Amino acid sequence: MNQWQNFSKGLIKDNPVYILLLGLCPALGVTTSAFNGLGMGLATTFVLLGSNFVVSIIKNFIPAKVRIPSFIVIIASFVTIVELTMEAYMPDLFESLGLFIPLIVVNCLVMGRAEAFASKKDTLSAVIDALGMGLGFALALTMLGGLREILGAYSIFGIQLIPGATDGMLVFVLAPGAFIGMGYLIILFNYLKKKTA
Amino acid sequence: MEYFAIVIGAIFVNNIVLAQFLGICPYIGVSAKVSTSVGMSGAVLFVMTLATIVTFLIYNFILEPFNVTYLQTISYILVISSLVQMVEIILKKVSPELYQALGIFLPLITTNCAIMGVALLTVQNEFNLMQGVVFAISHAAGFALAIILFAGIREHLDLMDLPKAMRGAPAALVVAGILALAFMGFAGLV
Repeated sequence: MNQWQNFSKGLIKDNPVYILLLGLCPALGVTTSAFNGLGMGLATTFVLLGSNFVVSIIKNFIPAKVRIPSFIVIIASFVTIVELTMEAYMPDLFESLGLFIPLIVVNCLVMGRAEAFASKKDTLSAVIDALGMGLGFALALTMLGGLREILGAYSIFGIQLIPGATDGMLVFVLAPGAFIGMGYLIILFNYLKKKTA
Repeated sequence: MEYFAIVIGAIFVNNIVLAQFLGICPYIGVSAKVSTSVGMSGAVLFVMTLATIVTFLIYNFILEPFNVTYLQTISYILVISSLVQMVEIILKKVSPELYQALGIFLPLITTNCAIMGVALLTVQNEFNLMQGVVFAISHAAGFALAIILFAGIREHLDLMDLPKAMRGAPAALVVAGILALAFMGFAGLV
């Protein structure tokens, strides 16, 4: 597998949210708007990049028996970095993502990539894998956030699409819209996967 | 009265799965049969209550007095994962029947964001220990209600003649959406 395939598999073929069904909690919980989805996606990408990088460097020094707790500590450290940085420089985004920032630590995607990929491969592959998977996650969240924002508030990234119309279909901003929107996006990605395969 | 508000709020109004989006992985993953979802709910109830008590003590007697609350995320996840491991070992020795029933669900629980989420919410809401315990138990009951209802529906869903593209996860998510719509009827109750 060359590095391009390694990078691009996260976007459609192995999209973490729609194909692998990993990290569903933040994907449903924060995507009330495209901007929130993008912010959460990039925060997770950063954690994934950091943890994959560190895990692939120190994989030979960690005894197999304590590898899971070690991975957890590495991931939790990067999550704390994101938490403190975001609270200081982007308080609005921090406020709207809320609980889901500390909960990146229990995102199965991050742990899964550390265990299944970074602990077995060289550093370059691990970093490229993290970038591809992270951006796939960000793409997934931005799409769901965009869909919910367009239907629920008639706007995208805060820009009004129909002048004067501000009250959209509220149900798409609330909880049911997240589940239903994701159901249909899974169908779309299954179709795209079949088509590009 | 105050406890009543916590209980109703946690089970119906802010249902942990259908309104707060915590614990979606087990919600989708182990809801294919009613019996497995009952087992999962039991394990969640057990671990969630224990984890909330332990993290409450850690927060109030270690993190806050020493002014190191920024270590919250790291300490919580370590405590919760070692707690799960410990519960597993103790259960295996003390009560093999309970271990038989809950055993396979315990390892899955470490990465269940519902556990960590409730522990963090207890701190955020500035509850005392008793309120925290009630809060955790009612959230676990809310989880049980949501997942058992959902499993019951999914057992029937398997027999339906759905379009091929809808089968599996997409249909499950759309059904979860409709269930969430139903739970929105409880909004404003407390």
